[in-house]
This record gives sequence, structure tokens and C-alpha cells, in this order.
Amino acid sequence: MLSIFTTLADWLVYSLFGLTPDTKLGDALHFFVEDTSKIFVLLIVMIYCIALIRASLNVERVRAYLAKRNKFLGYVMGSVFGAVTPFCSCSSIPVFLGFTSGGIPIGITMSFLLTSPLINEVAVLLLLSLIGWKITLIYVLAGLAVGITGGMFLDLIRAEKWLQPFALKAYQASSPVLEQEAASASMSYAERHDFAKQELLDILSRVWKWVFIGVGLGAALHGFVPTGWLETNLGSGQWWSVPSAVLLGIPLYSNATGVIPVMESLIAQGLPIGTTLAFCMSTVAASFPEFILLKQVMTWRLLATIFALLLASFTTIGWFLNFIS
Amino acid sequence: MKDIKVLGSGCAKCTKTAELIQTIATEKGVDIQLVKETSPEVIMGYGVMSTPAVVVDNLVMHSGSIPDRKKIESWLQ
Repeated sequence: MLSIFTTLADWLVYSLFGLTPDTKLGDALHFFVEDTSKIFVLLIVMIYCIALIRASLNVERVRAYLAKRNKFLGYVMGSVFGAVTPFCSCSSIPVFLGFTSGGIPIGITMSFLLTSPLINEVAVLLLLSLIGWKITLIYVLAGLAVGITGGMFLDLIRAEKWLQPFALKAYQASSPVLEQEAASASMSYAERHDFAKQELLDILSRVWKWVFIGVGLGAALHGFVPTGWLETNLGSGQWWSVPSAVLLGIPLYSNATGVIPVMESLIAQGLPIGTTLAFCMSTVAASFPEFILLKQVMTWRLLATIFALLLASFTTIGWFLNFIS
Repeated sequence: MKDIKVLGSGCAKCTKTAELIQTIATEKGVDIQLVKETSPEVIMGYGVMSTPAVVVDNLVMHSGSIPDRKKIESWLQ
């Protein structure tokens, strides 16, 4: 089914523009046309369909659900909900405080917030269509693992003592969330359609430029970096390539939409899977602008701890995957 | 006079919500006092988790999205 995008790119680049597949420009342009057309069609169809299904899932319901769970399951569910619940990063502070004042342990809240940027429907969709199901599965499991272990670690070191005083007070004075507070009326189809349409416009207006930037970079890598160069110079033999990829990813602030087309190229060029994933996760999740937001509820010490924790887990995941593959 | 607060950390949607409310109030000639509230502590105090949220005369009327015109008009009556 996805081959129609190859046909479209064949027609446009080779027939209409008269380029040949064996020139660098032809190759790069073909990659660009095929990927952008494919990504936009898939995004439009899938964001709408997924939004229809999850229209009635919101942070209020997630909080009521998490408040009832035991601890271990809490980290797992916190992380899973982080992956599937729609919410914009500008809401992360109110969500953090809402969970905290609802008596949910900091670790579980952080499982939710750490997984949220790493895994979402757009990321999974792009991974599936560009790179294949195996790496998609590895990516999703790695993302959940980061959220779950990160959350457990923060509770283990009693991270709540490093919250800002007012947030700590809210946590200590928390009262359990009542079920009926989160009761939601069932939605009609028209309401679901409205929500899905809004989501679609929202997400598209946020990610369209990343698609062009990401695919553009991917196409440049694809066409102009000599095949085998990355493999020779940054192969799995060099232990330092994974931490370097993680460090390189920090200042490169992108969301998953922008970085996945780059991953596609990196993997095709022979960069080991662990190094590629570590780079991708660091680019998506370890971003200063979003960390600075959390300063409103956390002290520098806790922020630095979480940041170091993320970098360490991305590096470990990268080494592990390089080692087993 | 209605006392309206838009709760949110200052993202684009919150600004748009405030602008929309102001425009509609001006159109209808309703006198309102509009405040954009960005303090996380105050937002928490209203029990709101999804922003932008709208508080009219101290009651949370809406949360999680830019409210539609019909909804805003109903608050201004």
C-alpha cells in the first residue's frame, strides 16, 4: 500500500524533473518526495482516527486511575499513560501539581512526564512506516523502561524533599482523588469528531515544519554522506560513540517527528541501532527549554538529578542494544 | 461586571483564549475584568490540570482547550 508513494516519487523526480536515480541529487530528492508525501498522508489519516478513539481519555481520568494503583503497577501504568494520553508540554506543570496534590508519588508522576515526549502516536506511526516494526517495538519498550526505572529511582532517593516548598506542601497535604471528580460523560460521535479535528489541526500545525526539516536532513545524509563512512567511523566498536551521540542530542532540540526521518537515514547508512536510538531519545527528551519549565516546581538539585538520570539511561540503552545486536 | 481569569503558563493557546474572550465581550458590550493567571501555585489552587482554563467569577468553567464562541457567549450573559 505504501508503494504508491514510491511510484509518486519515481514519477515526479525521474519522469517530470528528468533526474536519474544514480545521481546524488536524484537520490536525495527521491527520498525527500517519497518520505514527505508518505508522512503527511499517514499523519492526517492516523491522527484523526486515533483521536476519535482516545477523545474521552484525559489527565483527570488518568489521575483518578493512578491514585488507586499500588506502587509497582503505578510506575508501569504511569509510563503507559504518559505514552497514550494527549497533552501539550505547556500543561506539564499543572499536571505535575495536579498529580502531586492528588497524593500520587513523585516517581509515578515523573514516569508519566518522562515517557510522554518519548512515545506518542506520531512517533510510533513514523517509526512503523519508515523503519519497520522491530525497531518500533524496541523504541517503545526502551521509552517505557526509561519512564519506569526513572520514576522508581526518584522515589527511592525520596526526590520529593527537593521540590519547591509550595509543591512539597501540596504533596504532604494531599487528599486522595475522588472517583466522581473524574467522572466523564460519554461522548457523542459529533463531539468526538470535533475533538479529533481539533487534535489534527493542532498536531499538524506543530509538526509540519519538523517533517520538512527532518526529512530534509535525512535526504542530505542519504544522498551526500558516502555509504559506509558512518559505519567505519562511528560503528559499534567504539564505546564512546553512544555517549557522544547522547551529548550531541542535547542541544539539538527537536520532537520525534523531526528526528525519525534522520534515524531512518542513519540506520540505512550503517550506524548501529543502539547509537541511533540513544541519539534520537536524547534529542527528543533531554531538551533544556522543557527542563527549565520544571524549575517552577523543582529545585536545581532535583532537575540536575533527573537530567543526569536521563542521559545515563539513554547511554545504557544504547550500549545494551549495540551489544546484543 | 464579570471577573474572568484565564489560567495557563503563557502558551500560545492561553493568549488566544484571552484575546477571544476580550473580543467577544467588546462585541457584546459586556464589561469584564480579564486577568491572565500564570502562577502554577494559583492554577493548582483551582484544581486545574489542563490549560488553558477559564475561571468566571471564581468558578472553573472550562479547561484543556480554547473554548468555542458559543461557550464564551454563555458566560457573558
